[in-house]
Amino acid sequence: MIIAEQKPIEEILEMLAPHKKILLAGCGACVTVCQAGGEKEVGVLASQIRMARKEAGNPIEIVEMTLTRQCEPEFMEEAKDAMKDVEAVLSIACGIGVQLMAQTFYDKPAYPGLNTTFLGLPEEHGVFTERCAACGNCVLHLTGGICPIARCSKSLLNGPCGGSQNGKCEISQDVDCAWQLIYDRLKAIGKLENLTEIIPPKKWITSRDGGPRKIVREDLRI
Amino acid sequence: MGSENPKIVAFCCEESGMPAYEHALSLGLELPEGLRVIAIPCGGKAETGYIMKALDEGADAVMVFACYEGNCKYVRGNIRAEKRVNYLKGRLEKLGLSPEKIVFCPVAPANGVRFAELLQQEIEVLRKGT
Repeated sequence: MIIAEQKPIEEILEMLAPHKKILLAGCGACVTVCQAGGEKEVGVLASQIRMARKEAGNPIEIVEMTLTRQCEPEFMEEAKDAMKDVEAVLSIACGIGVQLMAQTFYDKPAYPGLNTTFLGLPEEHGVFTERCAACGNCVLHLTGGICPIARCSKSLLNGPCGGSQNGKCEISQDVDCAWQLIYDRLKAIGKLENLTEIIPPKKWITSRDGGPRKIVREDLRI
Repeated sequence: MGSENPKIVAFCCEESGMPAYEHALSLGLELPEGLRVIAIPCGGKAETGYIMKALDEGADAVMVFACYEGNCKYVRGNIRAEKRVNYLKGRLEKLGLSPEKIVFCPVAPANGVRFAELLQQEIEVLRKGT
């Protein structure tokens, strides 16, 4: 899922400085799971902003709501009525949600309350780690289900670098060497022979490097 | 704090905070006039949203009364509560507000005296801060 974290409150307050009434819109999907932008976080952030503005002698009215998801146009309907009466929306969805808000409610500013960081998962409650780089050409079948693009600091494709020591990456003792993990996993599933096949240099055109990506499914178009 | 009687919202765990509160009442101890007690099944139910909303809506302080470490009926609810309080203290500081407005108070169920003392301590802290 998409992992995000709240922007520093000073940054948010600066964005909202010119406004007297806003919609604070959360999202019920990924950012709820990573506890950055769900219904609970809407409540806490709204209280925080109101208190800060009251303290500054410049009160603000905040309409609070949490959309089912902010990444699909159909769900923007949920915000339609609320958006009529506000000056702007502070979206604590991921960057996709903020952009869809901006696109849907074209005449009103849409501000991001979060920094969208990576695609990942919760290793444990409250700890999120990056697992996928959305590179557009998955090689997980060759690497025992461990992504060398996202989890290797250098995105190496054919084994560890010289900095791998005791299963840890040279950038930090807190970071596992992805290729150690890949080796261990391939050994566990009896596929060590995968390591003898050279994965060719990556064509990054399927990744962000090829520009904004688009998928068209004609079979799904109405 | 705008008045002589600060508004204190006390989230009280039903296993410790509430019995301590009731014990304080039964002893006839003086409790703050602005005290509002809210029973929760466990300290772990003191959600960050509830605490912030209470402050946002005019409470001068929010106190979470929960079990001592190791005594939580639900195992870690008190630990969760303390972590949330510490997290929110940090958020208050970033707003330029006093982190003393939110307090985590472990208390034993039969200790109404301690319950009343903690409230009084918080009132003193609030008064010094104004």
